[in-house]
Amino acid sequence: MAKTIKEINERIKKGKAVVVTAEEVIELAEKKGTKKAAQEVDVVTTGTFGPMCSSGAYFNFGHTKPRIKVGGGTSFLNNVPAYTGFAAVDIYIGATAIPDGDPRNSVFPGEFNYGGGHVIEDLVNGKDVAFVGTGYGTDCYPRKHVETLINIKDLNEAVLFNPRNGYQNYNVAVNLSDKVIYTYMGMLQPRLGNANYCSAGQLSPLLNDPLYKTIGIGTRIFLGGGIGYVVWNGTQHNPGVKRTPGGVPTSPAGTLAVMGDLKQMSPQWLKGASFTGYGVTLTVGIGIPIPILNEEILVHAAVKDEDIKAQVVDYSQSYPQVQPGSLGEVNYSQLKSGTIEVNGKKINTGGISSYAKAREIAQSLKQSIEKGAFLLTEPVALLPSADAGVTFKLLNERPLRKTRGK
Amino acid sequence: MKKKRVVLTLPPDLIEQPIVYNLIKNHDLMVSILRANITPKEQGRLVIELSGEKRKVDAGMAYLAGLEIEIQPLAQDIKWHEDRCIHCTFCVPTCPTGALHRDEEGLQVSFNKDKCIACELCIKVCPYNVVEIQF
Repeated sequence: MAKTIKEINERIKKGKAVVVTAEEVIELAEKKGTKKAAQEVDVVTTGTFGPMCSSGAYFNFGHTKPRIKVGGGTSFLNNVPAYTGFAAVDIYIGATAIPDGDPRNSVFPGEFNYGGGHVIEDLVNGKDVAFVGTGYGTDCYPRKHVETLINIKDLNEAVLFNPRNGYQNYNVAVNLSDKVIYTYMGMLQPRLGNANYCSAGQLSPLLNDPLYKTIGIGTRIFLGGGIGYVVWNGTQHNPGVKRTPGGVPTSPAGTLAVMGDLKQMSPQWLKGASFTGYGVTLTVGIGIPIPILNEEILVHAAVKDEDIKAQVVDYSQSYPQVQPGSLGEVNYSQLKSGTIEVNGKKINTGGISSYAKAREIAQSLKQSIEKGAFLLTEPVALLPSADAGVTFKLLNERPLRKTRGK
Repeated sequence: MKKKRVVLTLPPDLIEQPIVYNLIKNHDLMVSILRANITPKEQGRLVIELSGEKRKVDAGMAYLAGLEIEIQPLAQDIKWHEDRCIHCTFCVPTCPTGALHRDEEGLQVSFNKDKCIACELCIKVCPYNVVEIQF
């Protein structure tokens, strides 16, 4: 019999909801059958903890006396530039921002020791952060310079707002060339020296709800150790890719835009990360509860690593030059075994997304729900799904008109 | 049988001394060179493993101690900050000796100091600065 989110919430409030993780549901479905399991289980919890570059946070740091308008001016947090194109004292710092003075890749490969992701981690950790802002001065905002330590607890608002997180599946990165390359998928040794993958597989939120039947706008989630919400589909949301008969995409597909109160989050689940030769990012912990409204949703949530396939992609040529083609398809069970075979060669694999931490997140969310501390929400709108006709476009570059702006 | 891994920091004037030869020839030790950074007329660094009978290893160490070079046990210089590790397994395929290891289920990463040869490959790979090597 189908359930509703309202009914599930009533059971959560009474402490009677049956909650299992996306790992535990696999065995349960195998043991009891999907029909019975769907009747018994109310919620399946998922988790993922990996680097997610399209992340950032906005702040309102409070008005200075006299007032300054950094809007249209500049701002730096621990020397890392933050975006100021808003009102007087609102700024946004992106995870990949790096200090102006950082040598970047001028000495290759760059180290990228500190950037936006680290600023966010430091703030969440309660550390003081150096803020320097400039404005151009107006009659209503006369001040032109501010320099002070700030602390997250003193900010009016500190909100994590990530335009693209939780990628549904990802490539497996390898290097076919003769030299080491440094990518966002890590250091890749020449001639298929190693293979890096980045997904929690059977625990990953969108792989457990592959057709976005329950996760939508307004879904309450575990975000960075606090509570957050899905606010839109993420950028590059690409639901129309090839899928297995079970509906699981075999290449990167759906994504989520998420936000939540940074002040409630924890440095354990938001970590600045430095990728040699590539840059800085933020490793984000996300857990999403899936209400088991019917058998179909349970079948999806019971997906196993061996049923989730990923494409092996060459990051020396194919990825940077946008050349289509996969070197082969592997599943997450193979990836997690430590070795895969590509072009007849055995390659050791390394994960970028932490399965151990994904499991911790799913467990933590499960406990919150069991305690009645986390209620599910009904999405106000669903995300575009496989049949929505979304097309993923490359940039169509056109020559600039020379007469423009004369 | 005793094994000892040490980091030798050699002043420029000792660079051309046949230290490894002497350890083998005069002290009957097996010497594995784990890492070497030797350039004429510059301070150099040699990471070696000495193995042999206890008394011979001790004699070899006494020989090194008499050379006016800096000697540190290898393990002392390598710190694996477990609290910073997120157990992603990113470092595991890069580690040439299996010092960075993941358990059977592929969930938890662990570090075995005794296997580490201080090649520093993991330092470039780990996004969270989990491994720290101080020479």
